[in-house]
Amino acid sequence: MSFDNAYESITESNDEQHWAFGTGFDDPLSGVDRAVPSEVDSVDLAQYCLMLGDDALVLSQRLSEWCSRAPELEEDVALANIALDLLGQARMLLTRAGEVEGAGRAEDDLAYLRDEPEFRNVRLVEVDCGPGPGGDFATTIARLLIFASWRLALLDHLTASRDPVLAAIAAKGIKELAYHRDHAAQWTLRLAGGTDLSRSRMIAGLTKVWPLFDELFAPHDIEVRLAAAGVAVDPGTLRSEVDAVLDRVLTAAALDRPDVRPMSAVAHRLGRHGVHTEAMGYLLAEMQHLARSLPGAVW
Amino acid sequence: MSTPQEVAERVMDPELPMLTLADLGVLRGVECGESGRVTVTITPTYSGCPALDEMRADLTRRLGEAGYHDVEVRTVLHPAWTTDWVSAAGRRKLAEHGIAPPERVGPRAAGPVPLNLAPARRLVRCPNCGSGHTTELSRFSSTACKALFRCDECREPFEHFKEL
Repeated sequence: MSFDNAYESITESNDEQHWAFGTGFDDPLSGVDRAVPSEVDSVDLAQYCLMLGDDALVLSQRLSEWCSRAPELEEDVALANIALDLLGQARMLLTRAGEVEGAGRAEDDLAYLRDEPEFRNVRLVEVDCGPGPGGDFATTIARLLIFASWRLALLDHLTASRDPVLAAIAAKGIKELAYHRDHAAQWTLRLAGGTDLSRSRMIAGLTKVWPLFDELFAPHDIEVRLAAAGVAVDPGTLRSEVDAVLDRVLTAAALDRPDVRPMSAVAHRLGRHGVHTEAMGYLLAEMQHLARSLPGAVW
Repeated sequence: MSTPQEVAERVMDPELPMLTLADLGVLRGVECGESGRVTVTITPTYSGCPALDEMRADLTRRLGEAGYHDVEVRTVLHPAWTTDWVSAAGRRKLAEHGIAPPERVGPRAAGPVPLNLAPARRLVRCPNCGSGHTTELSRFSSTACKALFRCDECREPFEHFKEL
């Protein structure tokens, strides 16, 4: 095979399935046995899947913003790979949410056609940590370190869920989160131990995202109910485990925990209740505008 | 006529076309029911693996060409795929094609997942010259399952199918 350009090489066979992998991939749980265990409340379960799915979806969108803008080519590929892992987790969780809900909503409907108050992600994943005005590479690494440490602990406990689909998605996700966390931890050490400039940026990055740390451990009523039923993980129980991991990284990097106040709730409501920061609307506008401008479009 | 098992085992991976799905450990089972229905079970390598639908289509097409028209491809997520399922033949073919095969990792110990504050020190042999003096350039490469290395002896860059 020889082609004058890369475009020919992918269009030559004129086979749409080879155009780009994934274009016809419309059911990430295809063939998975997914009956809801009889004793599980399906309204709660659908909402819980949205919470975990939205965390992954929104951070995936944020990490994708680095594509072609990372400090070096290898890091471009790394952040894109991590984003792809999270997108894969989001697709399975949103598909599960739509199915358990039973209102006929597929993953794309949930990703593209919900408005801001319907998103259930924690606020940590939505804030702008760069490459936009909200931060830089160090800020993005700081967020990834916190997020991956927390989600890894969460998924690790979720493997014992009585919902077999959640347990399986978690078991798969653990392996991915483990290297996301390692990647962020190793960069934290390098940036903190690099130059005065890289160290100051790492400190600034941690300071920027730390106000959103406490929210990760504030359980929503649905999480509490489902945890009691053996389906979900109460995030409040993860605190010491996540603290221990972050303390190890910060100690190795000779960094202190930022002394900042947690971002306040809005009338006791947080991201899990659909209350988001100013950044969320802009993020959704970019993520959703094509699907909303051209309903039913595929690419 | 080939059995459904034989046909399914010959289907190649879309992103690593030197490996069959069986070599890769993605093909988990092939059953033929009394009605003639063939049920193929596969598992994704990574959650975001975009080639899964392609694999399903290839399996259905190849089995159809072999005379099996009633085919169901099921996806299982549990137990999660591990590179330990890459067959000996798969490892050999990877090396022949310039991709350093994965080491065996074994099951994870009980308890929290250990944190690694430095890149794993694994002996990855250069698939071109066999030297053990190699350096990891990037944990991530052209696909989710590979890392980028360089040989310190022959100076050739190469990919390593990373352990999962």
